[in-house]
Amino acid sequence: MKVLTANRLADGEAVWYANGGWAETIDNADVAYDKAAEDRLEAIGATASANNEVVDVNLIDVTVANGVVEPVRLREKIRAAGPTNRNDLGKQARPVAARAA
Amino acid sequence: MYRYDEFDHDFVQARVAEFSDQVARRLAGEITEDQFRPLRLMNGVYLQLHAYMLRIAVPYGTLNSKQLRMLGHIARKYDKGYGHFTTRQNIQFNWPALSDVPAILADLASVEMHAIQTSGNCIRNVTADHFAGAAADEVADPRPYAEILRQWSSVHPEFSFLPRKFKIAVTGAERDRAAIQTHDIGLHLKKNAAGELGFAVYVGGGQGRTPMIAKKIRDFLPEADLLSYCTAILRVYNLYGRRDNKYKARIKILVHETGVEEITRQVEAEWQELKDADLKLPEADIRAIDAYFAPPALAERPEGDEAVKLARLDSKSFSEWLDQNVVTHRHPDYAAVTISLKAIGEAPGDASDSQMEAVADLAEKYAFDELRVSHEQNLILPHVARADLKAVYDALVDIGLATANSNLISDIISCPGLDYCALATARSIPVAQEISRRFASLERQREIGELKLKISGCINACGHHHVGHIGILGVEKKGAELYQVTLGGSADENTSVGEIIGRGFSSAEITDAIEQIVETYLGLRLDRNEKFIDAYRRVGPAPFKEALYAGEAKAA
Repeated sequence: MKVLTANRLADGEAVWYANGGWAETIDNADVAYDKAAEDRLEAIGATASANNEVVDVNLIDVTVANGVVEPVRLREKIRAAGPTNRNDLGKQARPVAARAA
Repeated sequence: MYRYDEFDHDFVQARVAEFSDQVARRLAGEITEDQFRPLRLMNGVYLQLHAYMLRIAVPYGTLNSKQLRMLGHIARKYDKGYGHFTTRQNIQFNWPALSDVPAILADLASVEMHAIQTSGNCIRNVTADHFAGAAADEVADPRPYAEILRQWSSVHPEFSFLPRKFKIAVTGAERDRAAIQTHDIGLHLKKNAAGELGFAVYVGGGQGRTPMIAKKIRDFLPEADLLSYCTAILRVYNLYGRRDNKYKARIKILVHETGVEEITRQVEAEWQELKDADLKLPEADIRAIDAYFAPPALAERPEGDEAVKLARLDSKSFSEWLDQNVVTHRHPDYAAVTISLKAIGEAPGDASDSQMEAVADLAEKYAFDELRVSHEQNLILPHVARADLKAVYDALVDIGLATANSNLISDIISCPGLDYCALATARSIPVAQEISRRFASLERQREIGELKLKISGCINACGHHHVGHIGILGVEKKGAELYQVTLGGSADENTSVGEIIGRGFSSAEITDAIEQIVETYLGLRLDRNEKFIDAYRRVGPAPFKEALYAGEAKAA
């Protein structure tokens, strides 16, 4: 399972592709369950990159448990939440992004 | 300290205008990321995990109050209220928007600062002893030479596209506090028998995945020949340094593969062509730059002795801070103060906007407006009257910066690691925090004595783990963080690269392992005066291996 992630060009904010746009949290990211869906996300990423909306576009591995999208690698977990030494920073600091887990 | 002349002002302003235009074109979609990346890197803008990162140059680690106050302002206005001081005496902001960078650079230019050449394959910020100009043991202030190198290397047309980045460090004292032997070029300013100033020149040091100690290729280079000789080194490197493999592109590899004798011969041959030409530094020019670094007029303050004595009796914590964070100044009535950015449990090198402003106020009030950033990620007030030490201490207590741990186990160098860095393979800040909490007791730390612990979150070694008395390298193994421990490294005049002690430790085990190493040292040292590094050099790795792994061998 994979989701599409990038950083927004203008401010560098980490974003995930969700519901036809780029969301600031991973929670509702579009999950690709098969190769065809991955190809679709990849194409979306390439277009968004070419349109200068985002930079550093990547498909990353995730797991989905009880509807919660969780990155596999620690690096991506930290990107999705914020620095582990400062829970007042990053996505984890936002009330709306309160993680179910 | 150095003041920009008209040329410097115009140069920096022109660069701000140029980069602002480049950012505008990028945001308008007129240039691609591939076109923009090298341009942003030339101006210190990286893309990290959460956001962009802006690295600002602090030339040879010297700042005035106005500049530090501006850094505090930038932290508050454009970032998230803090900045991170680095092992290259620079500062990094972790959260700036690309669209704000032009405004940040304009603010910086207004206080004679910039982010030029803080990235890219060019000559980076020249670093220097953080006690330069104050140290009792230096022959002369090394910073004028660092400034000469800065002027020479800024947008140097021949050396802006080197095989790889290039770092120069300068010290003016026998006791090396600038880690010169871990740099591409290390310069040790000294006097010859005739009393003339010159340099011992070291080449080919570096850390990263292939740590190398620099080799001395010249014992005495007259000061007038500084630029011609450095040019000769850079030319040899630019010509023969490998461009086919990023990991073999630093000059350390060239020196290692070519051999020190042959590289010396090549440099000397090149230098013969250059030494009597236009790169020879005129005496008047050196002295003119020197004048910018003229020490402040230090009035006699003999009351300091008595004041310190009384304050010591009055406060144990002040007394401990004095022992640990205050060092001898060349003027007996003054001292140099280390402001630890390593409060127990905090991220090494981080300072908040209000801390920066408060420290700037202190520098203005008590330290002749001068500040330094040390490569050990602390701030320094280089000239404080001993009579004012208690007032400075009290003010530092108020802002949470009076931790008396300079050179102790909790004075940890740590890179940002996986909490921020796109290259990292493991976290380093939380490891530093946990070790610092484990050894929180100052009494215990002082009992252990001088111990330099350094942590990197990947093989690039930004956290200098190779030269830590205890070094920790975080890697990713089977999806989890694993911490490899090296012992016996050192970054002073007796530079050594630490040896890997054995299998790595998980994040849950690493603090216990460090404690085990420390307890082993305490058990085997000859007496309290034998420092960790000296004890390690005496006994070698065996007792530490035994302590860490013997149980496993028996179990297996």
